Amino acid sequence: MGETTRRLMQGNEAIVEAALVAGCRFFAGYPITPSTEIAELLAARLPQAGGRFIQMEDEIASMGAAIGASLTGTKSMTATSGPGFSLKQENLGFASLTEVPVVVVNVQRMGPSTGMPTAPSQGDIMQARWGTHGDHPVVAMAPASVGETYEATIKAFNISEALRVPVVILLDEVIGHMREGVEIPRAEDIQLLERKGPSTGPADHLPYADDGTGVPEMAPFGTGYRYHVTGLFHDETGFPDMSNATADTLMRRIMGKMERHRDVYEWTETTDTEDAEVLLVTYGSPAQAARSAIRRARREGMKVGEFRVVTVWPFPEERLRQLAGGVREIIVPEMNLGQLRLEVERVVAGRARVSGINRTDGDIFKPDEIYAGIREVYGGER
Amino acid sequence: MSSKELSAETPVRIDRSLCKACGICIAFCPKQVLEADEGAIAVVAHPEECIRCRMCELRCPDFAVTVRGDRGG
Amino acid sequence: MNDKLKAYFRTDHLPHIWCPGCGNGIVTAAIVRAIDDLGWSKDDTVFVSGIGCSSRAPGYLDFNTLHTTHGRALVFATGVKVARPDLNVIVITGDGDASAIGGNHLIHAARRNIDITTICFNNNIYGMTGGQYSPLSPTDSFASTAPYGNADRTFDLCRLVEAAGASYVARGTTYHVTPLTNMIRRGLEKKGFSFVEAMTACPVYFGRRNKLPTGVDLLNWQRDNAVPVSRAAKMEPEELAGKIVIGTFLDVEMPEYTETYERLLKEHAADRSGE
Repeated sequence: MGETTRRLMQGNEAIVEAALVAGCRFFAGYPITPSTEIAELLAARLPQAGGRFIQMEDEIASMGAAIGASLTGTKSMTATSGPGFSLKQENLGFASLTEVPVVVVNVQRMGPSTGMPTAPSQGDIMQARWGTHGDHPVVAMAPASVGETYEATIKAFNISEALRVPVVILLDEVIGHMREGVEIPRAEDIQLLERKGPSTGPADHLPYADDGTGVPEMAPFGTGYRYHVTGLFHDETGFPDMSNATADTLMRRIMGKMERHRDVYEWTETTDTEDAEVLLVTYGSPAQAARSAIRRARREGMKVGEFRVVTVWPFPEERLRQLAGGVREIIVPEMNLGQLRLEVERVVAGRARVSGINRTDGDIFKPDEIYAGIREVYGGER
Repeated sequence: MSSKELSAETPVRIDRSLCKACGICIAFCPKQVLEADEGAIAVVAHPEECIRCRMCELRCPDFAVTVRGDRGG
Repeated sequence: MNDKLKAYFRTDHLPHIWCPGCGNGIVTAAIVRAIDDLGWSKDDTVFVSGIGCSSRAPGYLDFNTLHTTHGRALVFATGVKVARPDLNVIVITGDGDASAIGGNHLIHAARRNIDITTICFNNNIYGMTGGQYSPLSPTDSFASTAPYGNADRTFDLCRLVEAAGASYVARGTTYHVTPLTNMIRRGLEKKGFSFVEAMTACPVYFGRRNKLPTGVDLLNWQRDNAVPVSRAAKMEPEELAGKIVIGTFLDVEMPEYTETYERLLKEHAADRSGE
């Protein structure tokens, strides 16, 4: 119960507050700029909520500990930034294949390598999709404001628990550290999804059986359901099976569950697209500068619309394809040299021209730069 | 189980479906109770010699050996 | 199969994948006997393993079992233990898994003194990948990646874990299976981080290259080279070269990690309640 409240908070703080509301009760982390506030705040806040915090010896360990905790039925999270995200990939793949729910925050900074630790970037967008080896299911979200970070964090836990898939929240240094007023929803207005428990007794439980939804039932460790979890390919009993048929069935199920449950995770926002000739495809913090640029362009008569993807992976292919048919130019502003543009080009497949506006100097977009990019499509100065 | 009952049957049992014929039980039996058959699988050749020290069971890597009864029958 | 053992095994998954003469089954059965002695519940016990031959053991055991990534068993186990301190958590690892790729996790799990029992199956080699030398391969021994002999110095993992802060450290062998079982039981009982290095035989990849081609040869090697810790204390380093020092190196009572964490939360809860 209670009223909507408005609180001034950082993006990193929004992650923490929303995670607690979503039911996160375990966090394992390792210090790294610019995500460290998440660990610091959760170290204090989790025990107050009956949860547990641990600072591990490295990023690999944090990722593994979060998965271990999740197997006991505890909603779990870890947070990091660029170099740490690279280290998490090994066990992220384990979570994908073993279908253990876990939320991973990556407050992106300029890379590669140590790069510029305090400078914002969107350079990890492809790593979030393909960072671990092998085909694998993963969800990645890139909220564009602190308020949306709060909302996305709750949704990240919901998606992860409902679909038994790791969910990555991609902030960038700007959103991580920016302070904004956030409308905190009333508790009764927040919908939480929980992982699906076993519908049978332990004797009949098949931990990796497809019940028709593509998402197996999950029993917590230590509740009488004694089963096996392995990073090897496995059949519905959970035990290793290296046969071609089992491998094919498992891979197609874990990838297929993502395709069939798009309604659970797909999240896009469209603005001014009805009459648009030019479409901006945005995600993350550059969307804020893009919005100002679009407003100015519209005032000046340019027909510009915006397709903003909050859930970046799996990519909202169908929605973009529909929009692409009606526009002549698509512009993708990114704080990298054109990573999501590759995906946009693939999906658009020649229906419209695709270009990018890119910053890769560690600074953020100013609305003028994006406005200039739009104006260029209209033949420069007007 | 009484010693009388035990003497009526072999104290050592080899599960042939689990045995991988490594020969450890045969080599380390202090009383040479066990011998290898033509497939190198252990067979109980001299059950009357068994002192039930259980070393064959404890050292069997394949969980294939069971010794029944306590030490000294 | 012994009825007592059978109650703890997933017998439909036997026979196991290990080679004839491999000692991993001996250690696995010793662990089960120790658990049976203690009367631990299968429902309340979690086995976590990494990658390698030894790490396949949990798959055969009828408990909550988690077969993780190479070297990382202890970090998953730490997550399980912190989230559910009431569960018994046992890690099964191998010499390469624990000392090379997972070395840092071993140090820090020991340092925290978290209540996890780690059984390291030491077969002196990377068996699953075909016999490359591990940090626990003897210097001068041969391996597929040491065709001229192993130039690396051998790691004494027991000394490492002791120095890092564990509560119980012991080394046994599959030849000395009864003392090994007792060490494992003591490790399981210990509140805190316990570590048992179990010398086990790899006839196929370690033995064949080192003139010890069968499981019997390797058990004889263990018997002939084992020196009890009490006797080793009176021996010179030269005399100990190539020997396997067995016995209990450390058995102390120290504050355990999850209990310390709970204590601190209780002590300081009031200070931070206003937040």
